Amino acid sequence: MTRQMTGARMVIQALRDQGVDTVFGYPGGAVLPIYDELFQQNDIQHILVRHEQAAVHAAEGYARSTGKPGVVLVTSGPGATNAVTGLTDALMDSIPLVVLTGQVPTFMIGSDAFQEADTVGITRPCTKHNWLVKDTAKLSATIHQAFHVAMAGRPGPVLVDIPKDVQFASAEYQPKQKAPTGHYQPQVKGDMEMITTLVEAIENAERPVLYTGGGVINSGPGASKLLRELVEATGFPITSTLMGLGAYPASGKHWLGMLGMHGLYEANLAMHGCDLMINIGARFDDRITGRLDAFSPKSRKAHIDIDPSSINKVIRVDIPIIGDIAHVLEDVLKVWKARGSKVNREGLQKWWARITEWQKVDCLKFKPNDGAIRPQYALSRLEALTKDRDRYITTEVGQHQMWAAQYLGFEDPNRWMTSGGLGTMGYGFPASIGAQVAHPDALVINVAGEASWLMNMQEMGTAMQFNLPVKQFILNNERLGMVRQWQELLHGQRYSQSWSQSLPDFVKLAEAFGAKGILCSDPADLDDAIMEMLNHDGPVIFDCLVEKHENCFPMIPSGEPHNKMLLGEAKTKDAIGSKGAVMV
Amino acid sequence: MSALQIKKGSTKHSAYNLRSTFSDVEETHTIAVLVENEPGVLARVIGLFSGRGYNIDSLTVAEVDHQGRLSRITIVTTGTPQVIEQIKAQLGRIVPVHEVHDLTAEGGSVERELALLKVSGTNDKRVEALRLADIFRAQVVDSTLESFVFQITGTPEKVDAFADLMRPLGLSEIARTGVAALARGL
Repeated sequence: MTRQMTGARMVIQALRDQGVDTVFGYPGGAVLPIYDELFQQNDIQHILVRHEQAAVHAAEGYARSTGKPGVVLVTSGPGATNAVTGLTDALMDSIPLVVLTGQVPTFMIGSDAFQEADTVGITRPCTKHNWLVKDTAKLSATIHQAFHVAMAGRPGPVLVDIPKDVQFASAEYQPKQKAPTGHYQPQVKGDMEMITTLVEAIENAERPVLYTGGGVINSGPGASKLLRELVEATGFPITSTLMGLGAYPASGKHWLGMLGMHGLYEANLAMHGCDLMINIGARFDDRITGRLDAFSPKSRKAHIDIDPSSINKVIRVDIPIIGDIAHVLEDVLKVWKARGSKVNREGLQKWWARITEWQKVDCLKFKPNDGAIRPQYALSRLEALTKDRDRYITTEVGQHQMWAAQYLGFEDPNRWMTSGGLGTMGYGFPASIGAQVAHPDALVINVAGEASWLMNMQEMGTAMQFNLPVKQFILNNERLGMVRQWQELLHGQRYSQSWSQSLPDFVKLAEAFGAKGILCSDPADLDDAIMEMLNHDGPVIFDCLVEKHENCFPMIPSGEPHNKMLLGEAKTKDAIGSKGAVMV
Repeated sequence: MSALQIKKGSTKHSAYNLRSTFSDVEETHTIAVLVENEPGVLARVIGLFSGRGYNIDSLTVAEVDHQGRLSRITIVTTGTPQVIEQIKAQLGRIVPVHEVHDLTAEGGSVERELALLKVSGTNDKRVEALRLADIFRAQVVDSTLESFVFQITGTPEKVDAFADLMRPLGLSEIARTGVAALARGL
């Protein structure tokens, strides 16, 4: 059966065939035919954002909370350029997205037409792949291929640029099965020889640590299950990057907490002192490694990653395994069990004894304050009052993000969405909208700072229009807290431009949008205020006034190794040396 | 760190694996990349090199399989072994890239470059230029009473040597194609 249809209808049909139920977007001249087709159907809901950057972040929130690709539809020119930050964010964090952009008609490309931009040129370095479709006959196959590329191997954002005349013209629709996904089939099975080498290392290790990352989440719920099985069976301690929180439950008894620059003392010391480090789906990011030449000096290192370019990129590893986490972990467990499920019990016992000593330092302890609310206290209370609920957390970027990672516990994957690699302020609010769209009945909270939150505050309109009861939990210190912290540690306490002046009255702001606003400034009122937020059926802006000069600890100063952590309010002056100062 | 890297018990030894990938000695490698001949594919490859700060000493590209729509890009690059490994891995993850071959590591290659050199001069210099061209087996492809255009093919080193000799004899312009390379043997 041949099916002739217009390019615009093809877009909708292809999305439907790919199982897409939601598109985040914003209309404009060059995508009008597609919007016209959207109007005439009911299978796919369209979430109208208030800025294209937010459309991409919302799609990221949708993708990360469901494991499905997020879909974005925006117009040419400014629509596409506004999407660039979101694309870069998704590329850094390996989030599958399919972004469709309108383009001026093919015969006007290159003429500096109204709202023309070289979209594929601009987005080439910030997508996994992109296409400019100049022929309607190729449009549907290209969209199917786009979904394949976004999801296969290491996931990432892809973009399909569709000129307006291609949307109007008619051609035959190619079903999903006929799409040329041919040669792009990344390897998912790990090398069995290397897997056996890893199993031998697991059997003999005296001081092992599992260091897991976002790759476990991306590999799907099966990977998290296998990871948990491996941890419980071996008794190995496990830590995770910011991106990997939830793959192993925070309540698990082998959990050391997050590692890295603001990671937990026990997690970082375990990384420094281990004799076997098993990196599962993480990438030795500079927030994790600290000073490279002093990074975990005495360990053998194994690295499981689906992307060959992650192996040996910054840290030389002894046991590289290229493959999908779920496939590799399955084989590791199989081989390990077949060889008798051995571990070095004696060594492990001593290792855990040392780790327990480090845990006694209790690096996250803080004294609740009678006067102002301490941000750590606010998050501890938020955790206590919400942990048993069906909860999704997003964050903006900065101190609040690190505190959220430290003080909130994640029991399952896909529950935690934060901008890790790119560190995009303004990510959290639209991401919370995307997560809420995907999970209408769940509790979705965006833990924010007031400065980050203002970067995409226009999305209050979206939340109201679509009745998305997202909770905006703003830790308001009237400062760019993380910038301020670095200026204190590094720039002689000269706080250049790092305070938030002329802030809105957040309660009135909420009311202006027709939402609920809550102001809380007294620790004694906090629990009631949080409950009021949770019990309100609708979007809430929670303005939590917190201690203004709180710093985020523990902290590994840049340019220092893991064992040179700063704990609490110890001596922090000149903590960052001249070499570290050039790093970010 | 020892320059040798032998994994205990590994059965997959090749001479290449014996080299430490973390030496800081820079090496020059010739890399052949087979890509789908689609718009923007060269920009992807070049963008990778500029975006990640790798060197391009020479780059050539042309379609080699019209029916299969494949182009071959030959890149000569310089970097530490770790950087060379990264370049290969990064190239391999570009979606329209089908194959990446490190010809230098995979047992050597035949490398050739073509150059056109314009040499202008009269009398002795003109005669000397023609005599040297003969020694280098360069051909005259254009001539006036006061100039020659020579065509020379060979390794980049041979082209360099010829150009160096022509310089005092009146070399005014040079155009080079960059290196094309094929692996030796079957």
